[in-house]
Amino acid sequence: MSDSLDNLTATTKAVHKVEHSLKRRHKAERNFKRFGLGAIILGLSFVAILFVNIVSNGYSAFMATHIALDVTFDAEYIDKNAIADGDYRKLPRNALSETFPEVSGRRDKRELYQMISSSAEYALRDMVLADPSLIGQTKRIWLLADDEIDMAVKGIFTRDVPENERVVSDQEFTWLDKLAAEGRVEKFFNWSFFTNGDSREPEQAGIGGAIVGSFYTLLVTLVLSFPIGVAAAVYLEEFAPTNKLTDIIEVNINNLAAVPSIVFGLLGLAVFINLFGLPRSAPLVGGLVLTLMTLPTIIIASRAALKSVPPSIREAALGVGASKMQMVTHHVLPLAMPGMLTGTIIGMAQALGESAPLLMIGMVAFIVNIPGGPVDPSTVLPVQVFLWSDSPERAFVERTSAAIMVLLGFLVLMNILAVVLRRRFERRW
Amino acid sequence: MNQDLGNDFVTVGNVRCDKPRMQATDVNVYYGDKHAIKNVSLDIGENEVLAMIGPSGCGKSTFLRCLNRMNDTIEICRVDGDIQLDNENIYDKETDPVLLRARVGMVFQKPNPFPKSIYDNIAYGPRIHGLAENRDKLDEIVETSLEKAGLWNEVKDRLDAPGTGLSGGQQQRLCIARTIAVSPEVILMDEPCSALDPIATAKVEELIDELRQNYTIAIVTHSMQQAARVSQRTAYFHLGNLVEVGDTEDIFTNPSHQLTEDYITGRFG
Repeated sequence: MSDSLDNLTATTKAVHKVEHSLKRRHKAERNFKRFGLGAIILGLSFVAILFVNIVSNGYSAFMATHIALDVTFDAEYIDKNAIADGDYRKLPRNALSETFPEVSGRRDKRELYQMISSSAEYALRDMVLADPSLIGQTKRIWLLADDEIDMAVKGIFTRDVPENERVVSDQEFTWLDKLAAEGRVEKFFNWSFFTNGDSREPEQAGIGGAIVGSFYTLLVTLVLSFPIGVAAAVYLEEFAPTNKLTDIIEVNINNLAAVPSIVFGLLGLAVFINLFGLPRSAPLVGGLVLTLMTLPTIIIASRAALKSVPPSIREAALGVGASKMQMVTHHVLPLAMPGMLTGTIIGMAQALGESAPLLMIGMVAFIVNIPGGPVDPSTVLPVQVFLWSDSPERAFVERTSAAIMVLLGFLVLMNILAVVLRRRFERRW
Repeated sequence: MNQDLGNDFVTVGNVRCDKPRMQATDVNVYYGDKHAIKNVSLDIGENEVLAMIGPSGCGKSTFLRCLNRMNDTIEICRVDGDIQLDNENIYDKETDPVLLRARVGMVFQKPNPFPKSIYDNIAYGPRIHGLAENRDKLDEIVETSLEKAGLWNEVKDRLDAPGTGLSGGQQQRLCIARTIAVSPEVILMDEPCSALDPIATAKVEELIDELRQNYTIAIVTHSMQQAARVSQRTAYFHLGNLVEVGDTEDIFTNPSHQLTEDYITGRFG
């Protein structure tokens, strides 16, 4: 009787002790959860700050200011037998003089003419080449405005600063007001941002060359690194004997993944350009350098994918009389392929954003033409961002941010593709 | 029960038989330094079912895997001795393990169909060995194999369904069909029913009995009842030694060695 009473007391005491510790334990758990949540919020808010900063700076670059002028395609300047040789520079200037007849004197006239982009004459020439019947006519044409006018229209250059500290003078603002009152100032979507190559003039500068350069570079990287990486991973995982040599190879591959990328650029300069004599600044060389850089990533991801194929499937294949090669190609590779693809896409996304190694092999040059192939000199998106960020003109600020937005857009797309692939193929056996 | 019989132990009973398909003589297997199989000699007779029984870790699966050189895939494993299939040593340098495994098939403990369709599972072996000249012959081989495995009626209208979608018992019968599709001479089975429920087990045992007429079968099993039901000869392994071999009836009613008797009566294992 007293035995069971003792037991009861002991149990009650134990329950009390547990209850007492409960409060402390629940509090610790709540704090831990809050800590984790706080860490996530901190990380996400930095990402949000980054995005908001870039987007708010860059979105305006996607619209370009145009000014409508009544352009007379005077036969005096254009010979219909030699259309390309006409003096098209006079056309927008005459149109401006007619709109502002009161402007006189060389300096004021030069300021007036500079309101229109220097590319306008080529746009007009192309229009006449396409349609020679324009000669002799007068038409209202939307011409691209100069970058300083563009900044003024977008409200980045304002009037509150004293005139001698400004780029846009009071006179230019007056002209701009008059043009705007007549409905001759309009912003259109800036398609040329995507189709033009680099330029000294901000209003003409575009990322077309950089996009094509990035495309060719990534193409070369993919074509080289995927087969080599997969083959190396298959060899190391399936065929290599366990000995010292294999160990050394494995250690070195893991180390290569940690080498700073600029070292690969130095290697590319010394070996590919100096020793092999490949063309400088070409996507071919860039692709070779980036291949070396992404190979460790692909090999490591591929090996993990191969390891995850269950040994039961390998044994089943061998048991039916498949040779080792057949077992690997018919059974192991197809099952490991999703993991390999995911690793490759992630490696490509890393390569897309690399600039340091490419600087070393010369892809930092000022290149205006859109490259036609992998051996033409070109630049890549991140390097273009770097070059523009160095330029003094204010209009390049928004273009730099816009280029970053495009680059980030591609990266996000590639990573989403990798995640989708991974989810879709997660458990197929 | 942990007594090691040593390397010089002589097996009780007759290891040889009249019409052997495979003959093992003085086989020793080492996993690194561990001596896993000690001087085992054993015949597997034509069109008979040989059951290998013994407690966990006694080496029966290791010995079975020697018969089709599956132990080659394990790096630290070393096999010494003579194993002959139709009077040819399978460990000879000139023997191609790929050809050997087409003649000596294997069914594993856990059903492992390929993650392909049922048709492709069966057709894979004949395809890589070039056993069918055209699609019709291949269809024939698939149908025959599934029929022999007793699975045809259950899957004939869903041959394109994935093999992994079948139940456990059906998957194991699929694996057996896959093995017989390459027309082997010997079928090795490593505890084929240990992952199956009793009804599926009964079906597989029935199948083994039918297969015996055309193939030679060696089966490793943990269940003594299964060995008694299914086999004609039984071999009892203990800690790497082959302790006793004999006709199944004799082993289970009148074992000669003390260890065999202890195991069968359930004193250990």
